Formats: sequence, C-alpha cells, structure tokens
Amino acid sequence: MPMDESVRKAVLSAVPSLRAFAISLCGNVDRADDLVQETLLRALANIDSFQPGTNMAAWLFTILRNHFRSEYRKRRREVEDSEGRYADKLKSQPEQHGRVEFREFREALAQLPQDQREALILVGASGFSYEEAANICGCAIGTIKSRVNRARTRLAELLSIDGANDFGPDEQTRAVLAGGGE
Amino acid sequence: MNERKPVGQQKPMEASTQRNKKPHAKPAKLGREVQARLGQQLRAMYDEVLNQGVPERFAELVNRIDGNGNKDKH
Repeated sequence: MPMDESVRKAVLSAVPSLRAFAISLCGNVDRADDLVQETLLRALANIDSFQPGTNMAAWLFTILRNHFRSEYRKRRREVEDSEGRYADKLKSQPEQHGRVEFREFREALAQLPQDQREALILVGASGFSYEEAANICGCAIGTIKSRVNRARTRLAELLSIDGANDFGPDEQTRAVLAGGGE
Repeated sequence: MNERKPVGQQKPMEASTQRNKKPHAKPAKLGREVQARLGQQLRAMYDEVLNQGVPERFAELVNRIDGNGNKDKH
C-alpha cells in the first residue's frame, strides 16, 4: 500500500520532537541522530502496523525508546557503561550540546536513572499525558507519576534548588535588585 | 504563567525538613515554584532542538520512501 501523504506529513512533523527526545536520552547529538534515522527506517518499513487516527508521535517515540533500550543494553554488556560514565562522557563533549547555559542542566539530567530521565522528558518536555507516557514506556500510569516525581526531586537536589529564591546566583542577584537594593 | 512571585512568600523550611527523611522514603513534594523552574529549563533545552526543524537528511529519508516496501536503497 503506498504511503499516504498525510502519514508522511505526520512522520515528518514528529521528527523535531523525536530528535529532542533522542538527544535528551543519550546526550550525544550524533548518536541521537543515528537513533532517529534507525527509528524512521523501522517505522517506515512497518508503516502498515500504524493505526490511522492514533498518535503518530507516540508510535514513533515507542519505537525509538525500545530501540534505544536494546542498544543500551548491548553497549552496557560490552563496556560496563554506568550512568556515571555516561555523565563523564557528557562533560567531556560540551560543545556538542549547543548553548552553554543548558550545560549544567544537561549534566544533572544525565545523572538521573534512565527510567526517571525518560519519564520526565516525555511528560515535562514532549508534552505527552501520563497515560501516553505510560504506553510509550510499557508501564503503569502510577509508575510514570512516581518516576517523574523522583526525577524532579533529584534534579532539584543536583541543581541545589530549594526554592525560587535559591535558584542560582543570577536569580538571587536579580531578586536583590528587584527588592529595592538596600 | 506566574514565574515571578515575590520571594518572601516562599517557605524554605519545608524543603529542608523533608529532605532529612530516609533516603528511600517517598520523595519530598517540591514547591510549585521549583517545579515551574525545572519545567522551564527542561522545555528550553528541548525547544532548542525543536527549533532546528527537520534536518535535511531526515526530510530526504522520509520523502524518498514511497510505501510499497520500497525502502531506502543505501
């Protein structure tokens, strides 16, 4: 069956978000783009199994996530690549991540357990509902909620955010200035 | 969005007392303000990639495939 033009458009419009998800997952733009490419090839080869009327982005995210998981397991067997090693790698290639201002945040994100990281990104950035995120990750909605909460708590700790007034030196300076500067 | 509430309305004690609980206890509930900040940073990072649009290599890949199992040839 020839690929419907609307299906092609749906795939294309999901690409930017798919890339952003992949980069957040693996922290490396080149590897993320390879992951996206492999995901698209798999998806297009199996486009007949996509159910029209359902969420194309969610379908593609599921394929990408499963592929990333199996790749990750393989690599992990090869070189015991723990979360810590991953974070170190991220630190050694900051130029791959564009603007410096997100570096601290990315490094903190990289230190989260993978389950928590993906749950947080799906719900907090990709805009999926808890239910959609649960479908993508193949787990219960309650599990996603708990992972997102844990991820937020851990991030706040890593970034030393105890409250809005303690968010960082710039924010503090700004607050002092706004407060009348005695 | 109400990102800039006066800082005086925060309750800093709440976060620090809850953090002293057992490490495996249910995570402390973060204030709305903190959640908003984290969400803002997360989306800013994500949006930076979104704004790059569809890179040429992916546009070509998707457009080259015609259905009918006529997959990428290289």
